[in-house]
Amino acid sequence: MTINLTMTVVLAVLYSVGFYLIMQRSLMRILIGIVILGHGANLMLQTVGGPPGYPVMIGTAPPEQMADPLPQALALTAIVITFALTTFLLALAYRSWMLLGHDEVQDDIEDRRIMRLERRLAESEESEEELETEATR
Amino acid sequence: MTVLVALPVLLPLAAAALSMALGRFADVQRVLGIVVLGAIIVDAGVLLHAADTQGPLVLQMGGWPAPIGISLVADRLSALLLLVSSVVTFAVLIYSIGQRVADYGRERSSTTFHPMYLMLCAGVSLAYLTGDLFNLFVAFEIMLSSSYVLITRRTTSVRIRAGMTYTIVSLVSSLLFITMIALVYASTGTINLADLGTKVGRLPEGLTVALGLLVVIVFGVKAAMVPLHFWLPDSYPTAPAPVTAVFAGLLTKVGIYALIRTQTLVFHHHESWKLMLGIALVTMIVGALGALAQNDLNRMLSFLLVSHIGYMLFGLGVYNVVGLTGVILYVVHHITVQATLFLVSGLITRHTGTVALSRMGGLAKASPLVAVLFALPALALSGVPPFSGFVAKLALLQAGVGAGTIAAYAVTAGAVFTSLLTVYAMARVWTRAFWGQVRAPEPDPDPTDELVVGTGTSSPPMVVASGVLVVASVVIAVLAGPLAEVSERAATDLMHGEAYRTAVLGGVAHE
Repeated sequence: MTINLTMTVVLAVLYSVGFYLIMQRSLMRILIGIVILGHGANLMLQTVGGPPGYPVMIGTAPPEQMADPLPQALALTAIVITFALTTFLLALAYRSWMLLGHDEVQDDIEDRRIMRLERRLAESEESEEELETEATR
Repeated sequence: MTVLVALPVLLPLAAAALSMALGRFADVQRVLGIVVLGAIIVDAGVLLHAADTQGPLVLQMGGWPAPIGISLVADRLSALLLLVSSVVTFAVLIYSIGQRVADYGRERSSTTFHPMYLMLCAGVSLAYLTGDLFNLFVAFEIMLSSSYVLITRRTTSVRIRAGMTYTIVSLVSSLLFITMIALVYASTGTINLADLGTKVGRLPEGLTVALGLLVVIVFGVKAAMVPLHFWLPDSYPTAPAPVTAVFAGLLTKVGIYALIRTQTLVFHHHESWKLMLGIALVTMIVGALGALAQNDLNRMLSFLLVSHIGYMLFGLGVYNVVGLTGVILYVVHHITVQATLFLVSGLITRHTGTVALSRMGGLAKASPLVAVLFALPALALSGVPPFSGFVAKLALLQAGVGAGTIAAYAVTAGAVFTSLLTVYAMARVWTRAFWGQVRAPEPDPDPTDELVVGTGTSSPPMVVASGVLVVASVVIAVLAGPLAEVSERAATDLMHGEAYRTAVLGGVAHE
């Protein structure tokens, strides 16, 4: 199948904006990113069914001017699912804000451990330097 | 007869709704869960027998013939995995009820746990049984959305961080899944797996490889293969033991199942699947090394889980009957053993009040039963003969040597090395937690949350449930002969795929 240029551009923009937002720190932005990415994915399912504007009901148009109804049914299901999960994420963001006072996605445990180790190393180096300078005095 | 194929999905779904309504009657809710999951075990056993003797059982939903309608298919692989999974979910439910009753008494019950747990079981069953790519997506969503609730239930500030990572990563992979379905439909005009098998073969080679790779990424995130595994060791350990056990046992394995199904039935073997061997090697080594760096028992087990996903990818990468037999045996063994280890880790935490290995000690003396319950699955996971892991690993190593390519030899060597690292990791837990000075249990760090730890005792149902799974893993080792035969027949089915295709399409749409 072929896809028209406008749809290609719209899909590309939705996907790239979605992925960009998902890489942000704040859960709100990630949420918006997921909504946009979800729109992109659902629009992609839609466009697979045929050019925009074609009817799907039997008898309303000659078969060659009809869109494939299956992707539309799939998109409907996918929309419901993304909608439900968006609500869940919203609740999660709210809970995070209640518990932590912010909705930022935190560093994972491993990263924090490495950060602590680094800090401790830096401190011990500093204290060693201090000791050395004291000793030279 | 074919209605039996729908039961593992319908029963828990209906029971979940009922369980939600019966939230006030704790005992009724519990009995309902146990009865339904017990019925699924029986059903899965019957399905396995029927699929093994009569070939795949197919149910065309709503009477619409494939490839238009949705088909549910129970072939040897699905039925076998369904049986093992249902035994694990059953035991975990008992464990969870035992924990709840021991901590809060019989009157009170959690309103969300039982319905969500049953939903999760329905999603897992549907993922195994579906013969339709979009339905597979729906199954994943049923499974994942209940898992989101289970992992963020009673959120504390630690759990919210884990829940966020888990939810966001799973959601992104689900959106990639939709994209993949759209692309597959655009290029073939069908989403029935059996139908796709014939149609994808006619596509240009570059397109097949691109679609196949997208499938590997989508299911790779769910299966936690390196380098897409970062979310797993971060999120799993924070959940309560029964939830972690069922996640670790089943969710990643459903991802592996989806990979096996799509890579054998839809995207046939391709030269670029050498990549799979590379990924397998990296997954094994990175996971095992990660495990050695951990002090937190649950995090260590999570890294080992990632590492052992590599074994399953290894068999898939070898891609012959012996390799796939090894994968199936490994999945069966790993579902049981990994779930057991997390349950026992829950028992250990209950005794010691901490997950930090450096603050445990002398458990072998304080609680010999827990020590035995830990030792058996730990030995099985390390692949020490005569336990279940040994049988599965032996099959995989045979496949690796039999494949005869340099890449396969390298991964075989890596697999042996990873086994040694696993033994080392397990020995580390043993010497730190079970040997040494007996330490008094630490007080519960957060008495307000639902998890009661540091009691120095364990409730009998929890021990019994863990014991059931330990026995199950021993049974797997005892029945290794017949099990290997069934797995080999299932692997032969997968490699040829004709039986599956004729059963679903009935030979009509076989253009």
